[in-house]
Amino acid sequence: MEKTPLDQVEPVAETAPTISVAGAAPAIAPDRETDQLRVTLGEFEGPLDLLLYLIRQDQVNIYDIPIARITDEYLRYLNLMQELDLAVAGDFLVMAAQLIELKSRMLLPRDPFATEEEVEDPRAELVNRLLEHEKFKAAAEMLWSRATVERAVFTRAEIETDKNNPEVAVGLFDLLTVFQKILARHKEEVLMEIEREEVTVAEMIERLRNMVRSAGELNVMKFFEQAKSRRELVVAFLSVLELVRLAEISLTQRETFGEITARAVNPA
Amino acid sequence: MSEQAKAAKEAEADLAEMVESDEIEGTREISASELKAITEALIFVADDPLDSKTIARVLRVDQPTVDEAIQSLVEEYSGRSGGLQLREIAGGWQVSTRPEHHEHVRAYLKSKPSAKLSLASLETLAVIAYKQPVTIPEILEIRGVQSPSAIKTLLDKRLIVAKGRKETVGRPMMYGTSKEFLIQFGLKDLSELPSIEDFQDLAGDVTNE
Repeated sequence: MEKTPLDQVEPVAETAPTISVAGAAPAIAPDRETDQLRVTLGEFEGPLDLLLYLIRQDQVNIYDIPIARITDEYLRYLNLMQELDLAVAGDFLVMAAQLIELKSRMLLPRDPFATEEEVEDPRAELVNRLLEHEKFKAAAEMLWSRATVERAVFTRAEIETDKNNPEVAVGLFDLLTVFQKILARHKEEVLMEIEREEVTVAEMIERLRNMVRSAGELNVMKFFEQAKSRRELVVAFLSVLELVRLAEISLTQRETFGEITARAVNPA
Repeated sequence: MSEQAKAAKEAEADLAEMVESDEIEGTREISASELKAITEALIFVADDPLDSKTIARVLRVDQPTVDEAIQSLVEEYSGRSGGLQLREIAGGWQVSTRPEHHEHVRAYLKSKPSAKLSLASLETLAVIAYKQPVTIPEILEIRGVQSPSAIKTLLDKRLIVAKGRKETVGRPMMYGTSKEFLIQFGLKDLSELPSIEDFQDLAGDVTNE
């Protein structure tokens, strides 16, 4: 047995206050599995659980719950939790409020003119919820016993296949395929590098300047068409703009959407 | 007996027909006893419960023929009262040890009983199993207490799965049980769960004390 510091805490939990309501006592105890302190509110999962416990403990008929008595015991239990410095969960407080409301409704005189069918027991909804809750508690127990039997049944151990053993899942051909892919990718990268050896804007400006000077004028559309790539086209466009800005060339267009001609402004 | 023989004959006829039509080299007729043996072998190697439809597809025979072979196997297993059982679980068939031998099997495997679900998780699972598809607010209504950690545990253990959203205010997620749930709780299908009304009778009995 592994000694954890929590083992030393245990005696404290055992000597926890023995005060209880109807035999149920909230407590703090160390949880061996998770090394955390576990707060147990009796065996209660929630307010419905606590209420069911109190009803069963007093052996009262669930269809005729003495609301005043059960509400008192419920509230005493909440007080006990607070005395132990346990933060009372909101769900428990909501139920307390509902119980107190029920208790006051039970005290109101019944409508003397209402027929037998019209008089609805204010407890009916709570009783239905309690019964529904109890059904699912029983269902949970059934699942628990089923799971216990199932855990005693074993199937064969896992068979080693290529699927569940990635170390042997690769054959020679897989390796070759991957190698070819890497080679192909490497080729693509080389191509990229060549593309970068393209014309710069400065070179393009020089080229355009020479063409305009030698011919006197130049069809701009034709100049653009000479571009071999998208990038070169952009560079060509930029160089035209640059020469216009420097007032070395001027652009003319005879008609809308017609051809644009570049002319040297100041022929040397 | 005659029915079984008839079915086997039919299976053979089917196979013969298939061999003729497909003209697959090496394919030959499977006899009834061979079919039973191969079916057993397939159920044994399958990682998950194996259904007769899959077996029929692999062996290229009629599903009823496979069902008969399985039925005959089940009888053999139970008649032999050996260490193994063949049973239907989560819509398929599985070979496993018998629960009564768990102590010795565990001693050999050096395995401890696996972590149990907490009471909160089990109750939440029970609500989901019987009310599915069900939303978290609906679970809260029945249990009377929030169960976020229980939901997370059940999702982590793959016992429940999300089943779409409910077309209502906030479109909350709906949950239902998974195939893993059927396997872990040893159920053929959901209809094998005892009716929730049976539990009501139980609750009523206690009341009358």
